[in-house]
Amino acid sequence: MEQVVMFLKQVINGVQVGSIYALVALGYTMVYGIVKLLNFAHGDFIMVGAYISLFAMTGAGMPVWLAAVIAVAGCALLGVLTEKIAYKPLRNSPKLSVLITAIGVSLFLQNLFLILFTSSPKPYPNTVNIPAVNVGPIQISGVTLVTIVLSAVSMIALQLFVKKTKMGRAMRAVSEDAQAATLMGVNVNHTISLTFAVGSGLAAIAAVMYCTAYPMVDPYMGSMLGLKAFIAAVLGGIGIIPGAMLGGFAIGLIESLTKAYISSQLADAVVFGILILVLLIKPAGIFGKNVGEKV
Amino acid sequence: MKKMLAVILMAAMMVSTFSGCSGNGSGETEESENSTTASVESSEEASEETSGETVTYGVLAPLTGDASVYGISTSNGIKMGAEDINENGGVLGKTLELEVMDEKADIAEATNAYNALRSQEVSAIIGDVTSKPAMAVAEIAAEEYADGDGIPVITPTGTTPDITPNGENIFRACYTDPFQGKAMATFAAENLGATKVAVMYNTSDDYSTGIANAFVETAEEKGIEIVANEGYGADDNDFKTQLTKIQALNPDAIMVPDYYNNVALIATQAREIGYDGVMLGADGWDGVLNVLDDANKSVVNNCYFCNHFFINDTDEKVANFVKEYKETYGEDPTAFSALGYDAVCILDEATEKAGSTDPEAVVAAMQELEYDGVTGHITFDENGDPIKDVAILKLEDGAVTLETKLAAE
Repeated sequence: MEQVVMFLKQVINGVQVGSIYALVALGYTMVYGIVKLLNFAHGDFIMVGAYISLFAMTGAGMPVWLAAVIAVAGCALLGVLTEKIAYKPLRNSPKLSVLITAIGVSLFLQNLFLILFTSSPKPYPNTVNIPAVNVGPIQISGVTLVTIVLSAVSMIALQLFVKKTKMGRAMRAVSEDAQAATLMGVNVNHTISLTFAVGSGLAAIAAVMYCTAYPMVDPYMGSMLGLKAFIAAVLGGIGIIPGAMLGGFAIGLIESLTKAYISSQLADAVVFGILILVLLIKPAGIFGKNVGEKV
Repeated sequence: MKKMLAVILMAAMMVSTFSGCSGNGSGETEESENSTTASVESSEEASEETSGETVTYGVLAPLTGDASVYGISTSNGIKMGAEDINENGGVLGKTLELEVMDEKADIAEATNAYNALRSQEVSAIIGDVTSKPAMAVAEIAAEEYADGDGIPVITPTGTTPDITPNGENIFRACYTDPFQGKAMATFAAENLGATKVAVMYNTSDDYSTGIANAFVETAEEKGIEIVANEGYGADDNDFKTQLTKIQALNPDAIMVPDYYNNVALIATQAREIGYDGVMLGADGWDGVLNVLDDANKSVVNNCYFCNHFFINDTDEKVANFVKEYKETYGEDPTAFSALGYDAVCILDEATEKAGSTDPEAVVAAMQELEYDGVTGHITFDENGDPIKDVAILKLEDGAVTLETKLAAE
């Protein structure tokens, strides 16, 4: 019985981390699905979102929901601007150039925030004051509950947006064939901007949730998180929205259960080992289809 | 065409070489500007008491980059120490000047800065602040000393054990990582009466593993059972898995030897999963309250850590130091500032005792030195490591109090 309780506790730990990975992975996947660009600055958008929400709360005394809205707006703007300034001029360049530019943007943001706010971490205020819930012998903290629920809601909302709205249909069209979409009257530039705005907005939501769970903000906070979420996106099949969610939860659970039952030192090795395995066995990811090259 | 390529390659090489030089050069000028201003201030104050001659100490510290928080804190302490020395007649009646070099916590930069200081013929060097560059500098400095052309080096805050055994001219002002691990194990066994303790440490960090290993060793000698010894990686932010495991084992205390930013996260999550027992730490905990939001400060209630000095110590020397530091820099001193202050004062004491700045005489005087500093009563052992008291501090309700002082063994 004790073993079962312990296992369930560890599963909950994994689901909480996994839901944050999933949310971040969605940002990677959306952008990749449409412009075929690995936006390595995505992790740093999270860091920017964290700082914005932090200052909205501590500096301007806003409640957490308003701070989150401002962070979403700020990150969406940052995403759109980054796309316009750094990625759009390179849209017809080799993919490698754009990838390197993305790494450049990532380093730029990290160092900019390092100069502005120094490397010392800043405390993030308590945002969730919900008491822990007891399910039998298992205690689930308020933070864990809120994280899981909020990310589930965000994911469902995103899925509906992409499947049911006209803008979502435009996104899917551009993703499938940008030139054909242009011919059908879809404004590709607008659609790409919108994708960056939505992806970066999700990063801001992830930022608020991440900081609620781990109440500290520093300029490097996004890099490892971004990397893990990237693995989640690849695991699920990059460019595929349900794949990113599945990948996120899978990585969170694998990490947590590895730490619990194999070795806490090996958790990262296992996660990155999985990336290598996926790339070897099914490079398109769990949900990926092996699409033949178009001629 | 080939010729053309060769010319371009050559040009590229030249550009890269020059840019390398100018990079270093500009860094040095900036630093020497800084240091000149520092010494001008101090010499103005002391101009009446001292003769026109000067003694120069080199200082190595990361003033920019990741570790700048520590570097600035340490160099502020050193500068204040130098001013106090000059107010009291300088070193051997000569004005003490400091030549401060920024090494960005980088081994290569630290080595270059060390060589630059040597070419400026400083009498002694205080540095480096963080362990890895301190190690690099100690290696070169010890080798030069063994060849008969060296100077005394004291690292104010490099805690890795391997620094001082390099040579007899290498000293340190702080105690080592294992020393802290031993002290905390002694405290857990003797003062807290703990019998079951869990350890959680950062596997990719020498500081954390060094303390954890020494803690485990001493704790087992003292009859404490180590029920869990969990590791985590440098970039981990989620520790709930390890903590859930540890909590199920019901330990009397959890030892977390890491720096304050990780500690803040671990403590928050430990309380979140429902662990409300004792947590123990080392000097890396200093500053943990600053990275916790007011509403969250209670997560480190019931926690103890050891430190080099206690800011609210009623000891006169400490109280004066804290007061003067606050007046000069407008902020509270850290243990780093206190150790920087002590490091420069130790060099001064030893030089006065030796009666000259001759390196060998100063090194000999250091080995015999007994000094009462801000960080306690200090003598040096055969390695050049200090033997001194350990202050055990308690965190409760967002405040730090002095729990006890463990005497040096």
